[in-house]
Amino acid sequence: MLIRRKPELTYADVTPKDVYTNRRKFLRDLGIAGAATALAGEGILSLASPSLTAYATSKLNFVKSPFSTDEKVTPINDVTHYNNFYEFGAEKDAPSKNAQNFKTTPWTVSVEGEVKTPRKLSMEEILKLAPLEERIYRHRCVERWSIVVPWIGYSLSAILKQFEPTPKAKYIAFQSYYDAGQMPHSKYTGIDYPYVEGLRMDEAMHPLALLCVGMYGETLPNQDGAPVRIVVPWKYGYKSIKSIVKIKFQEKEPPTTWNNAAPNEYGFYSNVNPAVEHPRWSQATEHRLGELFSRKTLAFNGYGDQVASLYSGMDLKKFH
Amino acid sequence: MRKLLTSKWTKGAVFLVSSIPFLLLSWGLLRGDLGINPVETLQHTTGDWTLRFLIFTLIRYRRMLGLFAFFYVVLHFLTYLGPDQSFNFSGMWDDVAKRKFVTVGFAAFVLLIPLAATSTAGMIRRLGGKRWQALHRLIYICAILGVIHYYWLVKSDVRKPVFYGALVGILLLWRVWDSYFRGKGTAPAPVKTGVSATI
Repeated sequence: MLIRRKPELTYADVTPKDVYTNRRKFLRDLGIAGAATALAGEGILSLASPSLTAYATSKLNFVKSPFSTDEKVTPINDVTHYNNFYEFGAEKDAPSKNAQNFKTTPWTVSVEGEVKTPRKLSMEEILKLAPLEERIYRHRCVERWSIVVPWIGYSLSAILKQFEPTPKAKYIAFQSYYDAGQMPHSKYTGIDYPYVEGLRMDEAMHPLALLCVGMYGETLPNQDGAPVRIVVPWKYGYKSIKSIVKIKFQEKEPPTTWNNAAPNEYGFYSNVNPAVEHPRWSQATEHRLGELFSRKTLAFNGYGDQVASLYSGMDLKKFH
Repeated sequence: MRKLLTSKWTKGAVFLVSSIPFLLLSWGLLRGDLGINPVETLQHTTGDWTLRFLIFTLIRYRRMLGLFAFFYVVLHFLTYLGPDQSFNFSGMWDDVAKRKFVTVGFAAFVLLIPLAATSTAGMIRRLGGKRWQALHRLIYICAILGVIHYYWLVKSDVRKPVFYGALVGILLLWRVWDSYFRGKGTAPAPVKTGVSATI
């Protein structure tokens, strides 16, 4: 399979600077520099905004990936305070508030199903399984907003290759953690839990499919799917399942949460496709957070060169 | 009580309170403090206040609150036409024709235009009380269409549109009950002030 590599890591060189410009916000969010909130400048504005919400993250070591886009990275404050994580409530600002005390240690991911030796992986094992890379991906929500995020992780295939699948293994099913006690706001969101997602084996093995443990140089904040999630940049955001506890190899196409909730609106594949409309809105354009006017949505979210071949011969309207 | 409700001071206060959502939005826009997705905040807030004023107008101060509903729906429509559709009218018509939640929302907006245009005492005189009243019963249709518009667009958590729908239902039933049992005799003459028309 052909993966186009960029000759230079142009944007990647800039990333640390971008993170550093947010340093004051970072420190304040961490509660280290609480007194700094009194500082002039942006102080007055952010006092009224929800950016003071704390989240405990720690630094990660990583290398830069050639798969990164050189588009402008969305500010971390937006990515941590505008979330769809229905377990913590359906409003965009709910997860940053309600996920603060979400307990993510200890954490294990059970790998099971059509494999020779199923077993559980601890978070420590997952973090050491392959070298961590920073990948700056476009992320396009089915609701028509989009962001650009410097994720940290490694290709999902690295973890899948650790297991010997049986000949029956055709799909990978994922499951999110669910605990109604820790997630009382999930009750009113109108979808079933635990949240489940899935990929066809060749999609899951594609190098762009990311097993993600961090973003913006640090471990994942709770509201963004701590401690480990999947990121599939050429599909609508809801395929990028958060806080996973189960990876299952299986023969049948797995059921997926949004497909169960509204089969005519959300398909199994859910590839970003400006030509296939959502029944209630056009997918031809998107609203990049931080921009005033809409921009055009790209087929496969701009990853067509790498992934379109996975779907050759398929009717993408039918298999939306 | 009646005196208090019709005093111009009370009306002035209602006017000021009704302007608060607009003032807050403008203030937020000036400070760049409308949240992470300001376009969405504008769209949702103006839509929400349109529905609320459509409901308030079924209770009292019908002309003033109805005009506020119209004011907020114009803002709501502009956030859709501008940032969303980039002022592309053909894209807008596509949307209106194809998507039923846009169709009903747009229909409610269009139906509100004649109501706003005929809200003056002069227009009431020109149309005549009966015809004017008949025309202004459209407000119920607008409120119902507004609730349907909201219900069809939410993804899965339908609590808020259902709540608004229940309020509209209750107010409608109250109106029907009121006119049926109390008879027409108690309805104040609408021609003189316009605002006191109860149906």
